[in-house]
Amino acid sequence: MPPSPTTATAEDAAAQFSDVTRSDASLRGFLHGLPGVDQVGADARAAALGTRSIKTTAKAYALDLAIRMVDLTTLEGQDTHGKVRALAAKAMRPDPADATCPATAAVCVYPDMVATAKEVLGESGVHVAAVATAFPSGRAALDIKLADTRDAVEAGADEIDMVIDRGAFLSGRYLQVFEEIVAVREACARADGSSAHLKVIFETGELQTYDNVRRASWLAMMAGGHFIKTSTGKVQPAATLPVTMIMLQAVRDFRETTGQMVGVKPAGGIRTAKDAIKYLVLVNEVAGPDWLDPDWFRFGASTLLNELLMQRTKMTTGRYSGPDYFTLD
Amino acid sequence: MTMSRVDVRKTYKLFIGGAFPRSESGYSYVVHDSKGAFVANAALASRKDARDAVVAARKAFGGWAGKTAYNRAQILYRIAEIMEDRRPQLVQAVRQSEGLSGSRAEKVLDESIDRLVWYAGWADKLTQVVGNANPVAGPYFNLSTPEPTGVVGVLAPQESSLLGLVSAVAPVIVTGNTAVVVSSYRRPLPAVTFAECLATSDVPGGVVNILTGDATTIAPWLAGHMDVNAIDLLGVAGDTELATSLEVAAADNLKRVRRAPAAEPDFAADPGLEAMTAFVETKTVWHPIGV
Repeated sequence: MPPSPTTATAEDAAAQFSDVTRSDASLRGFLHGLPGVDQVGADARAAALGTRSIKTTAKAYALDLAIRMVDLTTLEGQDTHGKVRALAAKAMRPDPADATCPATAAVCVYPDMVATAKEVLGESGVHVAAVATAFPSGRAALDIKLADTRDAVEAGADEIDMVIDRGAFLSGRYLQVFEEIVAVREACARADGSSAHLKVIFETGELQTYDNVRRASWLAMMAGGHFIKTSTGKVQPAATLPVTMIMLQAVRDFRETTGQMVGVKPAGGIRTAKDAIKYLVLVNEVAGPDWLDPDWFRFGASTLLNELLMQRTKMTTGRYSGPDYFTLD
Repeated sequence: MTMSRVDVRKTYKLFIGGAFPRSESGYSYVVHDSKGAFVANAALASRKDARDAVVAARKAFGGWAGKTAYNRAQILYRIAEIMEDRRPQLVQAVRQSEGLSGSRAEKVLDESIDRLVWYAGWADKLTQVVGNANPVAGPYFNLSTPEPTGVVGVLAPQESSLLGLVSAVAPVIVTGNTAVVVSSYRRPLPAVTFAECLATSDVPGGVVNILTGDATTIAPWLAGHMDVNAIDLLGVAGDTELATSLEVAAADNLKRVRRAPAAEPDFAADPGLEAMTAFVETKTVWHPIGV
């Protein structure tokens, strides 16, 4: 029986791994000592779980849960304040025609749009997530990344999505990556002593192997990330089922070791309601039902929401809906 | 002793988005010829195949409607050419399905090809006939032009399996609509061969999607589908009750409906423009003169 997540804190977990994170050599020893991932087996397992058929009441539950887990995202150079306001309004009332439709978990924007989003969302319970640390490449000096983070937190961001330095990770400078995550987490602190949640983006499309995904997961969890996230959405392939499965295994194992629960967020490339439900099956089967909650699992997506709404409408009205009946964004 | 050769018992597939998938349901059904002998198996389309076909048709709509009328004419003419190339196969399909003699089946194919060529010619002429430069009391050009309606569900005739099919599909696509077609239930094989002609002509994937199966089960889903803009009820001719319920379902998103006739018409007759004008909408533009 794993310890209840409420009893363990991030500090406890960090203390538990202080030996590991003492030096580059010990960290490398630990990460490379993790069991390797059987790539063929992982692909097959993820594909097999993707064939589950979820129908009727279970499907209705899954669709609503998936909507509640969406981080409604707009991360484009052409974003305007008007677009962010529209997106935030949509996050609070995804389907204006149906009052029973739940709100999404958060909107995810660039730091300069945080204040705009916060203004619309107010105390609605929908969080504002900001991508920081020279998103999406992460190629900037550390003090610039930290300033980026502090800016977003000051503007009212509830969650910070940071990117790791993939160059450092791939060349084996794990301690540098670790210390950067720790520094960004500290920069998430607010004046009142609370702090913004930190999501750590690996950009799994650039990590080359599943072994690296497992290592990055442990690295980020040991550094105190509250969420581990697959991708920025700017690199193909973005989120895939097997990669998400490996990350779910990592958070499950991490809780067994430390009692600390960490969330998972696949982002990019999840476009259909069917895909979303496959991910939920994966969460339930790999990490367990505790993770079937917007606090512990999120979808980074933009077009997915309309697909979920269309499916939801199909279930309530009994006829297929069309994109004409939902907002373009 | 010589061994007799084992027949190849074919199972045909659907035509969706330019590809030939099996039915999502996994079902197929036996197709008999007019004398009741086994011919082949055809995929039995389900509502989810209809849904997928609508998605494919919607995706293809912008590109197809955006082509010049001249280009659409060329492509329809190309389908006619390919059908000419596949003459023996199509004649055989019509003979088996409709029980016609060789010469009668040849004649049906001739009429089908001629029908396509005829509609191809209309592509860049319909605007001139049903469009207008309206006289207005002001310094403006006022131009009305026909525009395609969008995604059209076509219930193809049950009896006339090739000529009827072509006569239902060609007028829909020639003006720039995309089509989700439900073939004749008992005579689907000419439609399958027609799909193969479409796949090897220059018709972009998704412009015509052909579902073999039972119109009475698929049509309610198409009629109620909010992303289908119009429906042709030709295939339920004579079934007043079903046709009425489809019209009621279609009213929910104000679909254009081409109503079911009391009985299947004679497709050899001059079709007139009605089949084309049923699926276009008039756009009127004001443009200042002399600026």
